[in-house]
Amino acid sequence: MNLRVRLRPLLFIAVLLVIWEIAARRQSAHLLPGPWGVVGGIADLVRHGLLLKYVVASLFRVTWGFLLAAVLAIPLGLTIGWYRRAEMAFNPIIQILRPISPLAWIPIAILWFGVGDLSAVFLIFIGSFFPLLLTAINAAESVPAVYVNAGRNFGLSPGRLVYQILYPAVIPQLIVGLRITLGVAWLVVVAAEMIAVNSGLGFLIVDARNAGNRYDLVVAGMVIIGVIGLLLDIGMRSLERAKSFRWGYSED
Amino acid sequence: MVLVKESVAARALKTKLSVENVSMTFRRDGKSMPVFENINLEVADGEFVCLLGPSGCGKTTLLNVMAGFLSPTSGSIQVDGEVVSGPDPRRIYVFQERGVFPWLTVEGNIGFGLFKLPPTEREMRIAHYVRMVGLQGFEKVYPQELSGGMKQRVEVARALAVNPDMLFLDEPFGALDSITRLVMRGELLRIWEAERKTIIFVTHDIDEAVQLADRVVVMSARPGTIQQIVNIDIPHPRDISSAHYLELRDGIFQQIGLAHKI
Repeated sequence: MNLRVRLRPLLFIAVLLVIWEIAARRQSAHLLPGPWGVVGGIADLVRHGLLLKYVVASLFRVTWGFLLAAVLAIPLGLTIGWYRRAEMAFNPIIQILRPISPLAWIPIAILWFGVGDLSAVFLIFIGSFFPLLLTAINAAESVPAVYVNAGRNFGLSPGRLVYQILYPAVIPQLIVGLRITLGVAWLVVVAAEMIAVNSGLGFLIVDARNAGNRYDLVVAGMVIIGVIGLLLDIGMRSLERAKSFRWGYSED
Repeated sequence: MVLVKESVAARALKTKLSVENVSMTFRRDGKSMPVFENINLEVADGEFVCLLGPSGCGKTTLLNVMAGFLSPTSGSIQVDGEVVSGPDPRRIYVFQERGVFPWLTVEGNIGFGLFKLPPTEREMRIAHYVRMVGLQGFEKVYPQELSGGMKQRVEVARALAVNPDMLFLDEPFGALDSITRLVMRGELLRIWEAERKTIIFVTHDIDEAVQLADRVVVMSARPGTIQQIVNIDIPHPRDISSAHYLELRDGIFQQIGLAHKI
């Protein structure tokens, strides 16, 4: 029974692939390559050693941009959320910068860092920084007063209060924020690579189109992006299952 | 019997907590709202006092002021002759079961305030209080897997583990079912008789106050004032169907303005 439930989505995907293949073969205008063609495209990429190279290039940029943003945004956000006055000072500037799409920063990224890894890392940093900052501010603000009061009552120093109350209380919310933001970062890297660099999965997609309309490679790139995005999400979700965090998710 | 009376009298000589002319006013939207006014109260060392009043009469705010979480608008609170200026590990506040840390196990919660002790002593204390509140076998369990009554016991154990001289209990059994509530009242009295902490217990339940306290402080509706202080001169365990018990209880019912008939 359980196995059958688990197989259901796979079966559904298989049916879609068959329909896609049939539809692709019946049309003559080549609006979309069929799944078989895409498999051929992926095989092509593997043969030229490009698949691994591009995946690694994209993951490298996401890792650095995302980690840099996390390391800066989380402590800053927690501090702002923890001290009410800081929040009042920072809030307007955050609210102005936040709605600017990271893609709007592309020209400035190229101006500052040229065409290369640094530009892409910067764009991912921008794209991850504000969501993480807001998550951290909200998380710190929503720590229930009874936990803070209980901590003070037992004579915790301010440093211990941060380490023993603030930190454990915000972790579940931070993990959700990190997971969603990693998804955003993965969206941004593709866009950034279309313009700012000469490698990576985003570059693969524009390059395949520009250099000879290889739409099988375009779709192959899309499929790979989807699969890696899914794997990243699964990885982050597994964090939420840690026993000492689980209390934060069971309520809803 | 005579002995009990004498020991109560001996304890009554030493004042633990004194509340002098304490008033509290909250400001909201430019309007000032008095919460309670001119509270004067002396609590003896080892005494069990219940603050009783309708909801909104400011009794929880008063308890927060006594514990040092809030500063009064005027007047002062003294414990052992020292002015209270903030919370202190010698005086622990029990917040229903909401104060249990969900990220720590039962053990972790009970040992929370013991960070200054060496690990072996810490473990011994934890084990002692786990036994006292009857949570053996649940040491490694997280609060979300516990019932309300068990969480409540974790919080009481966490408070007792640091060996405070005073406990502030804010409607600690309010969220429990009536059976667990009765059991917990018995537990609290047992612990109080064994350890003789000074206890200030906030409740809106008249029966609970008369069953537990040495003295019941009856507060009026907002702005809260002390209407009357009732001595409950019945030794524990109390017979809650005795004439004297009913007389005291009905007196409080009348004081609050409720004829005891529905």
